[in-house]
Amino acid sequence: MTTETMSLPTMVPPAREATSAAPETTRAAARGETDPEPQPAVRVRDLSVTYGTTLGIKGVDLDLPERSVTALIGPSGCGKSTFLRALNRMNELFPGVATSGEVLVRWDGRFQDIYAPGVDLVELRKRVGMVFQRPNPFPKSIVENVIYGPRRHGVTDRALLAEAAEEALRQAALWDEVKDKLNAPAAALSGGQQQRLCIARALAVRPDVVLMDEPTASLDPISTGKIEDLLGKLSKDYTIVIVTHSLQQAARVSEKTAFFLNGELVEAAPTLQMMTNPRDRRTENYVTGRFG
Amino acid sequence: MSRVSTGRTAVATPAAVRTRIRGRRRDAGAIWRGLFFASAIFLVISIAAIMVMIGRPAIALFAQVRPWAFLFGRVWAPEHGLYGVLPFFAGSLAATGMALLIGGPLGLAGAIYLAKLATPRAQRVMRPAIQLLAGIPSVVYGWVGLTALVPFIRRHSGHVTGFGLLAAGIVLGVMVLPTFISLAEDALRAVPQDIEHGSLALGTTRWQTIAHVIIPAAWPGIAAAGILGLARAIGETMAVQMVLGNSPVIPTGLIVPASTLTSEIVLEMGSTPQGSPANNALFAMGLLLLLVSLGLIVAVRATRREATAGVREAH
Amino acid sequence: MSARRTDQIARWTVTAAAGLILLVLGYILGSVLINGLPVLSWHFLTSRSSNLGPGGGISLQIFNTLYIVIMSMLMAVPVGLGAGVYLAEYALPGRLTSLIRLATESLASVPSIVFGLFGMVVFVNAAGLGFSRLGGAATLALLNLPLIVRVSEEAIRAVPADLRHASLALGATKEQTIFSAVLPATVGRLATGVTLAAGRALGESAVLIATAGMSSPRYLTLDPLASGETLAVHLWAVNAENSLSDAARIADGTAAFLILAMLAVSLGIGWLARRLDRRLAGQG
Ligand SMILES: Nc1ncnc2c1ncn2[C@@H]1O[C@H](COP(=O)(O)OP(=O)(O)OP(=O)(O)O)[C@@H](O)[C@H]1O
Ligand SMILES: [Mg+2]
Repeated sequence: MTTETMSLPTMVPPAREATSAAPETTRAAARGETDPEPQPAVRVRDLSVTYGTTLGIKGVDLDLPERSVTALIGPSGCGKSTFLRALNRMNELFPGVATSGEVLVRWDGRFQDIYAPGVDLVELRKRVGMVFQRPNPFPKSIVENVIYGPRRHGVTDRALLAEAAEEALRQAALWDEVKDKLNAPAAALSGGQQQRLCIARALAVRPDVVLMDEPTASLDPISTGKIEDLLGKLSKDYTIVIVTHSLQQAARVSEKTAFFLNGELVEAAPTLQMMTNPRDRRTENYVTGRFG
Repeated sequence: MSRVSTGRTAVATPAAVRTRIRGRRRDAGAIWRGLFFASAIFLVISIAAIMVMIGRPAIALFAQVRPWAFLFGRVWAPEHGLYGVLPFFAGSLAATGMALLIGGPLGLAGAIYLAKLATPRAQRVMRPAIQLLAGIPSVVYGWVGLTALVPFIRRHSGHVTGFGLLAAGIVLGVMVLPTFISLAEDALRAVPQDIEHGSLALGTTRWQTIAHVIIPAAWPGIAAAGILGLARAIGETMAVQMVLGNSPVIPTGLIVPASTLTSEIVLEMGSTPQGSPANNALFAMGLLLLLVSLGLIVAVRATRREATAGVREAH
Repeated sequence: MSARRTDQIARWTVTAAAGLILLVLGYILGSVLINGLPVLSWHFLTSRSSNLGPGGGISLQIFNTLYIVIMSMLMAVPVGLGAGVYLAEYALPGRLTSLIRLATESLASVPSIVFGLFGMVVFVNAAGLGFSRLGGAATLALLNLPLIVRVSEEAIRAVPADLRHASLALGATKEQTIFSAVLPATVGRLATGVTLAAGRALGESAVLIATAGMSSPRYLTLDPLASGETLAVHLWAVNAENSLSDAARIADGTAAFLILAMLAVSLGIGWLARRLDRRLAGQG
């Protein structure tokens, strides 16, 4: 992969435009129990992660449907973040991590195991972006934060960068709030705005998949609401995986939900089914608030 | 000690002992408090005393020589009443500049290596090595410079002696490495990990992350490290004196004998009678050094404030 | 150039620079030891230096160095520790405290040659001591004071609060707590810091040329008012005076001895830190 492939105009496949234009009802229907799941963007097979001797996750099999939101739920320490970070190999930044199993990501039309030898981490992370629990803007201006990715990936044309910045900020529903102060330091934004800036920053790289680890954990209800609205819109273009501790949030934003417990995937099913009629006893206990 | 604290033993304590304990005098505490405070105040007195003791002879000189003739005079010839220290000041600045030119990039690379690239094993080699570099006495630096570096420069440049700013700059550049590296490494490590991960998650390479996020975020701290290195270089005496060639003229090249404020002071300190204008001039040069160093400390404090503000901003 | 190529080249360059630093250190240590070790005979270490002919040794300089370093540490440590205690335990945020901190930082930034000038005016001239070990040690103590203050303050601040609280809860006064609970827990860090300062004193010369002088008494004496040329000063002086035919040989030997002393001190620091840490861990 060379950096030239990142030049912006070619980055959005035309197919996406069509999806964006689809009527709302399609999404609503996707939540129904009987509808078949859209084809996966990521397939995870027998994935295990350990931190030295500590278990992270064990033997997880899960498909992440394309252009929809999948929510990961479960009690603290059950391995949600570990699973998420395994999808763009961010786990490897921690010392002593060992991973086994397969993570197949749709990559130029076919599935590619990201743990196969020779996989370029840089290319992987361009395709699988990430938003962190705590907003982590760079100590730079708002616009510099957004164009950071495209710039590093070889886009130098100023007009193109400005366009990309505006688009990403619009997608992240932040444009109207910051368009007059693009050169202000990112740190001057509120927490909720910072988190949307980080979302815009991730989107500006045009990933296929966006991983979000409790993106609203440190935000107030209004900012949370904005980000939840955003997720609905973004899922027309992106495959989104979100970790959340709020079942209501999972119900509001996701089509599919996966429940983790003690490092294992207990159950994964359409969200509506998970909330109303889970198959596993442990899931039922969790969603009805009997533990966790 | 711990037994006294349990309730049972306290009850068992004979009444006489209890009275003793309760009536204990505390005067000793006040004395110690006074001594601690006096020690702290001693620091203030010391720096004040240094300024006064160095300043007095300097002021005596300025009664005879105008300050600007001292500062900007190009000729140092005490025997003719000329006390221009511009040659020394220029030498100090040039040697320090060379040191920064050589030690800066090398030190920054060393700090980046230690903070971001080195394996734990490489760190276990590198860190003590840098401490050793800091522990080598400056006369030994000077001696190695004199016996190895100066002849090397002489052979490869065709100059007569090999003394000069190039040799001094290289020696100083190595000497500032430990100070600079350890402080710059601290600054690099202080950059919060979450913004580093934020950059890597965008599909940037390690180096892109280092160059475009970590170094900019650590920059105030790196600058402070550079200034402290500068302060160390400008005050360094013995090593510089040994490789500089000691000619009291404004340096016209990198491989010609030159002098600095420090080397000139150490050379003439013993040979000028106390109270003579020439001796007073040495104190005036010392005062100049002192003021430059204090100025650098003020600059460091300012950049450090900026650095802590920057880290806070990043959150 | 692709980002990956830049990444490789940059990482390679940085690693090479780190390697260069190691090489420089290796070269300095290696050349000093190779040239100097052969000079370090028993005779060289135990005989007095000569002003006239060749064949002088460094016994007096070794003695003077030890004498001055120990004396200066005896002066600097109590005062530095006291100031460290004050800053860590008593100082309230305010003008006075910032003044003390500013003074400490400023003192740390004063070039050693300026300390030398100061020592010369105060001890050599004003106090009329002439070149003396006492004046040299006192000036050297001043040079090391800020380092010791900083180390002490950091060591005291690193003592866990519950240790302090436990002592205070027994009704001990603050000062009793400091002496019986806090300071004993700092011994490891403090010893490391003091050794570091001693190592610095060992190699210092600019301060001592002007205060302790460049000569030694003819007889072995403990007189603090006698002059006392140290090893570092000797290395510089034989070379600057250049009156001896074997000046280079003596300088080589002295440099090697200084490096060996420095290595011993560095190893000592590591050993001390480990040992004291272990002892304290055992106690806790
Ligand atoms: N960097 C790490 N080093 C060592 N162990 C880790 C690390 N990160 C996670 N773990 C361990 O892996 C297990 C799963 O942790 P993980 O962070 O994935 O849980 P989580 O479901 O995200 O929890 P939370 O809801 O609290 O964020 C835990 O036992 C945790 O202690
Ligand atoms: Mg988590």
